[in-house]
Amino acid sequence: MLDTAKRKDMLRQMVLVRAFEEKLDELYQRKAMFGSTHSYRGQEAIAVGVCSALQPKDLIASYHRGTGHLIAKGADLYLLLCECMGRADGYSQGRGGKMHMGDMGFGFLGNTGTVGGTVPTATGAALAAKIRGSDEVVVSFFGDGAANQGVVHEAMNLAGIWKLPVIYVCENNHYAMTVSLEKSVAIKRLSERAQAYGFDGKTIDGNDVEAVYEAARAAVEKGRKSGGATLLECVTYRWDGHFGGDPGTGYRSKEEIEAWKQKCPIKRLKGKLLQEKNLTEQEFDKISAAVYAEVDEVAKRAEASPLPKKEVDLSSIYATEEARHG
Amino acid sequence: MAKPMTTELQAPVKDMRVQEALREALRYEMARDDRVFVMGEDVALFGGAYGVTRGLMHEFGEKRVLDTPISEAALVGLAVGAAINGMRPVVEIQFCDLLPLAMDQLASHAARYHYMTGGRVNVPMVVRNKFATRPGGGPSHSSCNHGAFIHFPGLKIIMPTTPADAKGLLLAAIRDPNPVLCFESHHLYGQRGPVPEGDYTVPIGVAALRREGQDLTIVTCGGMVLKADAAADALKEKGIGIEIVDLRSLAPLDKNTILQSVAKTKRALVLDEGPMVGGISAEIAALIQENLFSELKGPVVRLAAQPIPPPHSPPLVDAMIPDVDQVVDAVMRLAEGGRPT
Repeated sequence: MLDTAKRKDMLRQMVLVRAFEEKLDELYQRKAMFGSTHSYRGQEAIAVGVCSALQPKDLIASYHRGTGHLIAKGADLYLLLCECMGRADGYSQGRGGKMHMGDMGFGFLGNTGTVGGTVPTATGAALAAKIRGSDEVVVSFFGDGAANQGVVHEAMNLAGIWKLPVIYVCENNHYAMTVSLEKSVAIKRLSERAQAYGFDGKTIDGNDVEAVYEAARAAVEKGRKSGGATLLECVTYRWDGHFGGDPGTGYRSKEEIEAWKQKCPIKRLKGKLLQEKNLTEQEFDKISAAVYAEVDEVAKRAEASPLPKKEVDLSSIYATEEARHG
Repeated sequence: MAKPMTTELQAPVKDMRVQEALREALRYEMARDDRVFVMGEDVALFGGAYGVTRGLMHEFGEKRVLDTPISEAALVGLAVGAAINGMRPVVEIQFCDLLPLAMDQLASHAARYHYMTGGRVNVPMVVRNKFATRPGGGPSHSSCNHGAFIHFPGLKIIMPTTPADAKGLLLAAIRDPNPVLCFESHHLYGQRGPVPEGDYTVPIGVAALRREGQDLTIVTCGGMVLKADAAADALKEKGIGIEIVDLRSLAPLDKNTILQSVAKTKRALVLDEGPMVGGISAEIAALIQENLFSELKGPVVRLAAQPIPPPHSPPLVDAMIPDVDQVVDAVMRLAEGGRPT
């Protein structure tokens, strides 16, 4: 059973992930951000629940809808926001944008815009751990859309035969951009696929941060004890469109969106803590206000920070020394 | 962790074939650096489709020499992740024709991680593959697609020709902090030659002058070096001195060696086994003309593969790939001041 302090921390983190996402949307709407957003609103419990079950030495790989994972794993908000905004101070010095970052300093292998593309990255990092005999576990975050990429199948099969310490976290938000899961797969539960690779698969309520945490904790423990991979299908919903310019309503009914908003993961944990009398409304408001103020302050700094110089730096193409590892 | 590298320059040499030299590099580095591991289809028990990894599993164990299912995209993708997490993977892909299966992992992941993360992540890995257009291989087993990969900054591309280079370049590739594609020519696997023992590396990005001559430079790579050499022998009898630049690396490209040679001979022929259209021959011809146009005594001539898929039957293959007679003929016309037909 999770103690209250940990649950309150998870609540705060979920609010932080949401506040960051809302800030990105605000910046996008007033054209202060380059490229697009991929809102994580509604899915916060997955990033926070999973990363709360990890140790600093553990690794994650993310995807285009990745800001939540990074924040939950311990990313620096200023570096992250600067990168989203194409600033020189960003994680990738403005070269990558929000879909292309990586920093082993906080156990982040990387994310890219190829759907499913980092599933093998995570799997390979787990292979490294196994060959070395080190005990870090690796989390691979991806969506229901990625589940149908060939390389995801290949990677999971390898994780199965080699019993790799990797946790596949499939964030099933029901839509691959605009195409529904029903149109994409012939099965009801994506977790069923794990059986075909010879490891455990479980479908859980992705809006219940405690359930996500418990499932992730069990999978982490198993992975750390050389018990192999796990597939966790976390059923959830993205409140917003696929990207900044997508209202998200052309392919989903307003009723459906509204019904899922009622299942808000933040509201859920908050309600539970209130009911248990482990939290008061005033306390929550204080937490929330502090988080939003922090994000505002970071955004002010990021907006005032410089863009990269207009130059081609050919020396940036190749590494000349090994990147520092965590 | 890796043991410190020795810096002996003079080492005794041993005569061996290219396959053995490649294996020598793998063995040497696996013994020195326990981060290095090998994976691929049939590489462990069987020793690789071409015998390059023979015996490695027995020497280093199944943990570091991994037989895999047929999953090229994931093999390259797993290598990327293992490399980021501190290992030095070497993947064998049996034919370069299969690299497109892993194209996204090579082009959008391995090649770009370093740049796109602002240098926070790097990907020290090697992907070895066999290439060459030859009878019997046909459209999916005998491509020469090396030129396609020069479009992806961040990848290094090596193409060893001699046994010594096979060892030295592969060893350098495993130690390189970047992803390196190693194109191994089917035509060259059986070539014998002296190979320095011990710690022997050849720098990536440095071409080799295989032959010196005054009259014309042939810029070439891979198995075509053999044809260039045979043509140079024939041309020598006709009194024409050929200089051969063997690229050895396609990325980074050793522009200096190419330009220095052509600045001397004032005539250049670029010979490649890959497609002429948009290929490495196009890049080099453009490079020469952009830099040396006013000094050239004739147009830069290209001889490369015809724009068809690699066929199966010997006469069809022969018609697709330039042969020694065509090289001799093209050089003669160029030497006489004409434009080759």
